[in-house]
Amino acid sequence: MSRQIIIPFGPQHPVLPEPIHLDLVLEDEIVVDVIPSIGYVHRGLEKLVERREYTEYVYVAERICGICSFVHGLAYCQGVEGMMKIEVPERALYLRTIWSEYSRLHSHLLTLGLFADVLGFENLFMNAWRLREHILDDMEATTGGRVIQGSCKVGGVRRDISSEKLDQMVSGLNELEKEMKELTEVFLRDSSIKSRLCGVGVLPKKEAYEYGAAGPTLRGSGWSIDARKLGYAAFSKLNFEPVVETQGDCYARCAVRAKEMFVSIDLIRQAVQKIPDGPVEVKVTGAPDGEYFTRVEQPRGELVHYLKGNGTKNLVRSRVRTPTFTNIPPLVAMLKGCELADVPVIVHSIDPCIGCAER
Amino acid sequence: MGVFEMVGTVVRSVFRKPATLMYPVKTAKITPLSRGHVVIDVSRCISCRICQKKCPSQAIWVEPKEKTWQINRLRCNVCNSCVETCPVKCLTMDTHYIPSVTVRPGAELFHITYVKPPKPEITAESKD
Repeated sequence: MSRQIIIPFGPQHPVLPEPIHLDLVLEDEIVVDVIPSIGYVHRGLEKLVERREYTEYVYVAERICGICSFVHGLAYCQGVEGMMKIEVPERALYLRTIWSEYSRLHSHLLTLGLFADVLGFENLFMNAWRLREHILDDMEATTGGRVIQGSCKVGGVRRDISSEKLDQMVSGLNELEKEMKELTEVFLRDSSIKSRLCGVGVLPKKEAYEYGAAGPTLRGSGWSIDARKLGYAAFSKLNFEPVVETQGDCYARCAVRAKEMFVSIDLIRQAVQKIPDGPVEVKVTGAPDGEYFTRVEQPRGELVHYLKGNGTKNLVRSRVRTPTFTNIPPLVAMLKGCELADVPVIVHSIDPCIGCAER
Repeated sequence: MGVFEMVGTVVRSVFRKPATLMYPVKTAKITPLSRGHVVIDVSRCISCRICQKKCPSQAIWVEPKEKTWQINRLRCNVCNSCVETCPVKCLTMDTHYIPSVTVRPGAELFHITYVKPPKPEITAESKD
């Protein structure tokens, strides 16, 4: 056995957008063990639920993550609505679906761009972010915020979208789809990208399930598991199939994200066609009592919100299980046996969002 | 296996105008719904402190006795909660972002000029 050395990776590293620390145990250039540690951006947002009224906590819940903010707000609102047995108007459910698919589009474009940056493909990174800007513009025009939308509330949504704006959004997406096709072609077909991704960081199907992988990491390993199939918001009325790849390597995870964007565009189109007229919110009175679990599909995987109330205006407990947190054990499994130079690519292939994971 | 996959995009980008904007020399894109910063109409504020209670980041401080309304712009996360809950609608959301700063400016102080209209006097005639 050759001599083992430990190389610290992070919390500050050029490829990491957020701080995570990995101690890489190396033998020559091969990683034999990984010791992950988090705790650099813990903000105590779960504890804050005791100090803010349940209607105001939506703003805090949205700020758990800066990318999938809308989905966090949606999960929290769904939890409180489930506890208080509030019937949300149909139109609000469709609007929530449209916005959550928009946030999936912008998150996937962001992560594909960062992934290209990790690979050293700078102009692909800029191209992905140029397309993402169109999505953010639509978000700002309909909700008032680029990444923190603040449009979800307990009992419905804050803002309605006019039917002309919805048509305009769909025609904008049709234009964008052509450019996105060109972008994903590069990710899926370019030889330099393939040589960097294929066969790197393989997560076998059985291990992916046993280690509790979520989202594109799980679907990249051949499991067709998607929380949108639970039918929350208006997803039960829309037709779609989860994107599944079977190889389980970095290329498969990248391909799942690239193909999922087109599923999202298709879902938005279906939702705009089927959206009914009517009110977008109901008046909420009283205070939540009891406990509730909600599961929604974040761009990074399945998100679980647990809420507990005691009949006062403040909830007593909120627990958030984010997909990045469950993707860390699969990440450790992927890293074992890889080369040191592949570590940044593999770490980025799970799309780590440490702000989410530590809350 | 593709090689020159990006050539089309690259050629088009050469002839297209830049996708970025020279902010802050040029103003940022804004929409009618954009949340820029909170503006108060001091002549209508009744010092009810609802905005202070509803602020999730505790950026607003109201002193009813001294008739002041303070906001810490760096604490404020521009969520629109105060604007929505203000009973007299004296708070509005401006679409322009506040300019970035190099020193912490502290709380911005406003003196409330609203004067409660006197109650109509109850006279013996009006009682009847």
